[in-house]
Amino acid sequence: MAILETNGLGIQFGGLKAVDEFSIKVEKGQLYGLIGPNGAGKTTVFNLITGVYKPTSGTFSLGGEILNGLNPVQINRKGIARTFQNIRLFSKMTVLDNVKVGYASSIKYSMAESILRIGRYSKEEKNANERCMELLKVFDLDKEASMLASNLPYGKQRKLEIARAMATGPKLLLLDEPAAGMNPNETAELMNTIRFVRDNFDMTILLIEHDMKLVAGICEELTVLNFGQVLSQGETSKVLNDPKVITAYLGEDE
Amino acid sequence: MSSFLSYVLSGISLGSIYALIALGYTMVYGIAKMLNFAHGDVIMIGGYIVYTALSTYHFPVWISIISGMLSCIIIGVVIEKVAYKPLRNTSPLTVLITAIGVSYLLQNIALLIFGSAAKSFTSVVPKEWTIKTSFVTISGETIVTIVVTVIIMIALTLFVNKTKTGKAMRAVSEDKGAAQLMGINVNKTISITFAIGSGLAAVAAVLLCSTYPLLSPYTGAMPGIKAFTAAVFGGIGSIPGAMIGGIVLGLIECLSKAYISSQLSDAIVFAVLIIILLVKPTGLLGKKINEKV
Amino acid sequence: MKIKNKAFRDKLTTFILVIVLFAFAQTMVACGFASRKFEGLLVNLCVYIILATSLNLVVGISGELSLGHAGFMCIGAFSGSVFSLALQNTITIWWIRFPLALIVGGIMAAVFGFLIGIPVLRLRGDYLAIVTLAFGEIIKNVLNNIYLAYDKNGIFITLSTENSAQYKINSDAATRVEIIKGAQGITGTPKDSNFIIGFIVLMIALFILLNLVDSKIGRNIEASRDNRIAAEAMGVNVTRTKMIAFVTASFLAGVAGALYSHNLSVLQATKFDYNLSILILVYVVLGGMNKMRGVIISTIILYALPEYMRFLDKYRMLLYAIVLILMMLLNNNARFKAFLAKISPKKAIERARDKKAAEGGDR
Repeated sequence: MAILETNGLGIQFGGLKAVDEFSIKVEKGQLYGLIGPNGAGKTTVFNLITGVYKPTSGTFSLGGEILNGLNPVQINRKGIARTFQNIRLFSKMTVLDNVKVGYASSIKYSMAESILRIGRYSKEEKNANERCMELLKVFDLDKEASMLASNLPYGKQRKLEIARAMATGPKLLLLDEPAAGMNPNETAELMNTIRFVRDNFDMTILLIEHDMKLVAGICEELTVLNFGQVLSQGETSKVLNDPKVITAYLGEDE
Repeated sequence: MSSFLSYVLSGISLGSIYALIALGYTMVYGIAKMLNFAHGDVIMIGGYIVYTALSTYHFPVWISIISGMLSCIIIGVVIEKVAYKPLRNTSPLTVLITAIGVSYLLQNIALLIFGSAAKSFTSVVPKEWTIKTSFVTISGETIVTIVVTVIIMIALTLFVNKTKTGKAMRAVSEDKGAAQLMGINVNKTISITFAIGSGLAAVAAVLLCSTYPLLSPYTGAMPGIKAFTAAVFGGIGSIPGAMIGGIVLGLIECLSKAYISSQLSDAIVFAVLIIILLVKPTGLLGKKINEKV
Repeated sequence: MKIKNKAFRDKLTTFILVIVLFAFAQTMVACGFASRKFEGLLVNLCVYIILATSLNLVVGISGELSLGHAGFMCIGAFSGSVFSLALQNTITIWWIRFPLALIVGGIMAAVFGFLIGIPVLRLRGDYLAIVTLAFGEIIKNVLNNIYLAYDKNGIFITLSTENSAQYKINSDAATRVEIIKGAQGITGTPKDSNFIIGFIVLMIALFILLNLVDSKIGRNIEASRDNRIAAEAMGVNVTRTKMIAFVTASFLAGVAGALYSHNLSVLQATKFDYNLSILILVYVVLGGMNKMRGVIISTIILYALPEYMRFLDKYRMLLYAIVLILMMLLNNNARFKAFLAKISPKKAIERARDKKAAEGGDR
């Protein structure tokens, strides 16, 4: 069963069709890649699916439920979490607190309980700390838990973004260029982490990436976008050998 | 009807003064991205200098005004160099607090030199310039204020759009870093902006004190706040916006004083501002900035 | 857990600091070292600390520049005083009436905070600042013109001086009680505030603020400040979160206002102008923002500074202005900061630890 399904999704800015007739089906538990040259509209697709932009045409649904028109907060609650191409951490908060913000909707206590320190406060906070530390351990960030997020090295900041997104308890995880700016070692490590997350958290992952080694290494299916339109779609190996895709990336043969 | 016309004229005249002050706020904001809270107090200082030149030394009017402008320009540029420039890359709040410090400083210097008692400022406009018709009486101050403001606005618009310095100012306000890479002297451009703003403040001071002749160390504070409001109202960073914002604000103030309540006019002015900002959150002529995700 | 302890230790230090300062001041008062006037100033110090720490929730923690805090204080002061004056003969026990007046002041300010917050929190940055400033001025302007009185025929309220003059002639002079007298404000509020009560209210306010910040809501507030878009993507309702911060701060400012008005013989709206809002903002910014303890310390120093500089007479505020500018300049001067780091023993320990960690942690 497809968990994420988009149907003719599109958005127009003025006269420009940034994304047009975008249709994909992502199966539950899949590692799905969205690739394409710069400016092809990949991040715009993410912004549509997460409610940052409202689509001007088409629909998208999660687990059969149509989510068009919902705002980012509502969409996150429905089970879509994301990371950002240009890292957007809560930079003046600690690493642990960053993850705890993601976990917030699972923490059940009222404002009165938190001010008076009564009722569910202690139990819920203790539980949140444990859960979030477990998550940090998965991403090898547990030792840095009390550091400020902005003081983390770059590669770890990218990982923290994934950890934070995971803390919201999503059904679908969107990763926007998770390997951008990483060296080959870090990228290899990241590939393992992404696979680990998929396998152990039973997660569906849709990712945008430019690093072809990573894409070829972990993605099972691909969609290629070019000028806002789907150029090719299907199994990774087939898509990467599609002449249209090669032309789009390398230009016409002489 | 004739009283309505005279209220409208005094509204435009007051609004022109707000517009001149608002220009100082809006240009500095556009280029240095800071709220120069001390701008209102530069006006007050300008008023005192012109007052001293006129009443104590009995200089001719034009020399008094020019000396006021020069002094304000020097004060404005010095303030920028000493207090604001070292903080250019810090948080806007830090700069704001410093500007507040400068505002206190100017007020207290004036308090020490001139005392807290209000001085009565003799109008620089001769009595004979008043136009009296059977229909309406227009004071010379109103005429001079409106004419001077229109001239300054035209000159400033031409300056910003046509001259090399003006283009540099626009470039710096768009993108400081890129402007620097293109060989524009950013420090000099910012200094020029402060100089223009402070020079206009002196002109505004003369017009303000000629129309409302009481001068005290706190004279600049309320017009400063209102002009700042006018700048935001018109869309901060926009020169025509400051002009429109100032005049609309002056009109609202004078008309509500005349027809609604003289005590509540400030509340009405600010309430209209809030309504406008709710309908158009970036002011009348402000640009909308979208954050890229 | 270590992390939880740190937040707890932080809070404890803040409370102990305030208690020690209180004990010190109270001893001074008890031993007769301090005058009646000094005690009055101590009440106001409590008021200012509540104002500064609550404003810090908006400016430091929530990251929104508000220039209208004095407006909420003004609402609290007036509604608290009106409550006490109106019920002076109904609730004669002051220690029941006064806490109620404080709560009434707080709730009225919170209601206005909510109403103002709906439009204001949609705006960003400087626009938010100017609108809060405008609201503060409107509140001041309106309250400066309110005339509220009652006689045997009922309650009378107006904003116009003509109407109130008319009322003075027409109403029944024998039973007429004027509560708010326009620009002359409120006189005769029962003097229920004293330093001990001020201290208790301050402790409650700090308890509310520090616990709120160290909770899910506090983290959401900070997240909304650091990155609005990411916070929304993580399911944080940013508008609601910012509203909680704004309303809580308004409530506490209202309580502080009522505390303040019960320490005054004459209450006039003109005192609550934007200069007061800015004064409080200065306490917050110089306190380093974000950290409540820093804000408390800076409020105490900056409040006491002009009082102790009275011997400087007319040069006092001039010096205050210069000190303010120099503090901002030096605080942001790299060379001066490096110099401070060199002479600070705490930094030296941290440096040694960092060095050790760097050597040990090298993989």
